[in-house]
Amino acid sequence: MDIVVCIKRVPFTQEVDLEIDSGQRDIVKDGLAFVLNEWDNYALEEAISLKERLGGQVTVVSVGSEEDEEVLRRALAMGADRAIRVDAGNRTLDVRCISRILAKVVKDLPFDLILTGAQADDTNEGCVGVMLAEELGLPHASVVKGVEVLDKGLRIRVELEGGTEEISLIKLPALLTIQTGINEPRYVSVMGIRKAAKKELKVLALEELRLGSGSLEPDSSVERLFFPPEQGGAQMLTGDPATIAERILKILKEKGVIQ
Amino acid sequence: MKGPILALAEHRKGEIRDITYEILAKADQLSVKTGSDSICILIEAPGQGLQEGLKGWAKKILLIEAKGLEVFNSEVYKAYLLEITKALKPFLVFLPHTPWGMDLAPALSVKAGLPLVSDCVDIILEDGNPKAIRQIYGGKLYSQVSFKPSSTYLASIRPGSIQVEANPGHDTVIQGFDTPVSIPPLGKTFEEFVETGQGDVDISQAPFLISIGRGIGDQERIEEVRELTEKLGAVLSCSRPIVDKNWLPKYHQVGTSGKTVKPKVYLALGISGAFQHVAGIKGSGTIIAVNKDKKAPIFRVAHFGVAEDLFRIVSALKEKIGG
Repeated sequence: MDIVVCIKRVPFTQEVDLEIDSGQRDIVKDGLAFVLNEWDNYALEEAISLKERLGGQVTVVSVGSEEDEEVLRRALAMGADRAIRVDAGNRTLDVRCISRILAKVVKDLPFDLILTGAQADDTNEGCVGVMLAEELGLPHASVVKGVEVLDKGLRIRVELEGGTEEISLIKLPALLTIQTGINEPRYVSVMGIRKAAKKELKVLALEELRLGSGSLEPDSSVERLFFPPEQGGAQMLTGDPATIAERILKILKEKGVIQ
Repeated sequence: MKGPILALAEHRKGEIRDITYEILAKADQLSVKTGSDSICILIEAPGQGLQEGLKGWAKKILLIEAKGLEVFNSEVYKAYLLEITKALKPFLVFLPHTPWGMDLAPALSVKAGLPLVSDCVDIILEDGNPKAIRQIYGGKLYSQVSFKPSSTYLASIRPGSIQVEANPGHDTVIQGFDTPVSIPPLGKTFEEFVETGQGDVDISQAPFLISIGRGIGDQERIEEVRELTEKLGAVLSCSRPIVDKNWLPKYHQVGTSGKTVKPKVYLALGISGAFQHVAGIKGSGTIIAVNKDKKAPIFRVAHFGVAEDLFRIVSALKEKIGG
């Protein structure tokens, strides 16, 4: 089974104080660590384990800068066969533009299945995968938590709310957006990444794709970023751990959950 | 005058889902400003009668009944919404940003050539133009997003983000939709629903939950918290990353895709407070959050906060209660 996985590099923002840059439309990215989008890591693992069981090729694609090649190298180390980066220069692209670019690249690749993350850690839109499927006229399913390969298609589990899952059949070729927890992504060593340096990583300039006029006009634009309104919020308990522990125990007693 | 504001009803197993009332409330609120109609789109199987529960919430209900539609299918919904948007020329279409909506909205946007902003927590009007308010970077920041000029704008709305007040009590008119809609051969077909996450503990009934999140860092250290829960007579629960890593079974998971809980006290240890998690703890009496990151969104919903390493607090608590 030939599989294409679309991935993205995102800033790691847990336990980090974010700053808004002077243009008000983006965060200050200097000094932030960058990682592979968590959902994409699960999508990659799913693709590679399917390939290991069924044979075929895994191609990873990302739209981004040279620095974003880091996640493509990581994907190659995990077991992808080749990587493609579309260099978008300094353009501001929304999900619609990205899906058009990916469609143009992916349609010439061999594939039975396309996987993307269900959403990205940074802007959380959860659109690119399904937009790409629609561009290519493929059946699609979102927030997929399980994949079983059948003779003529896949049986998939879609994660809904409250512990409910939906079982569906989907024809191939298809696109699935993958939910976290579907598998246990393998560990990637620095040595592994070094070894994978020999694998093919192709860079395409946007111009080479000959996208139609208007294809890079975004449907939506960020006007400004702002911090959450300071309202209510927790009463912070301060002091040394022993003092804080005492305060917590007092609250637990007051609320009647401990004696 | 602008076109109507549409809101798509979501239902499962014969029940209207809460997000429907949320987007209907927003549609109704904005329709007062635009002077146009709010219209609920309801797609159901013949005889389901779900429109009864939607009366009053919009000026009109556009009711589509067809065999097999007791279950959502993005391809079928897309085909209907494509024709509906052409026929009604709405100003705005609100869709749920749920797993089902996530499979529909982006496809509809591409197919209909209409701009979409997804996962919005609010939609406002500025000089008559819609602007989307979104949360990004795990809720640490908000963004205001504009659409490219269009006749119709699509917005998918995050569940739990719109305050629902009482039923506005419109004298709702129920209409059918006469335009023929051709449904293409389906690429995806529904088989069944399954319920996961049943276990020997029911966290939804526990009066005192101690809940762990990503901040626990290491599977082996869960034991340290488990000891504390036993000593305090609490029940152990967790946020999504812990279940994704297989560190605890699914029935411990609190949040949108896990369980909604309503303990008297919810003690969150190392949980950042992603909205899917917060949505599951809103019914808690008192929320105490411990997290190293003083900017963690959990502190915006907690009643008491401790910006400290969770293990230092866990040790101190154990010491105080002896043992």
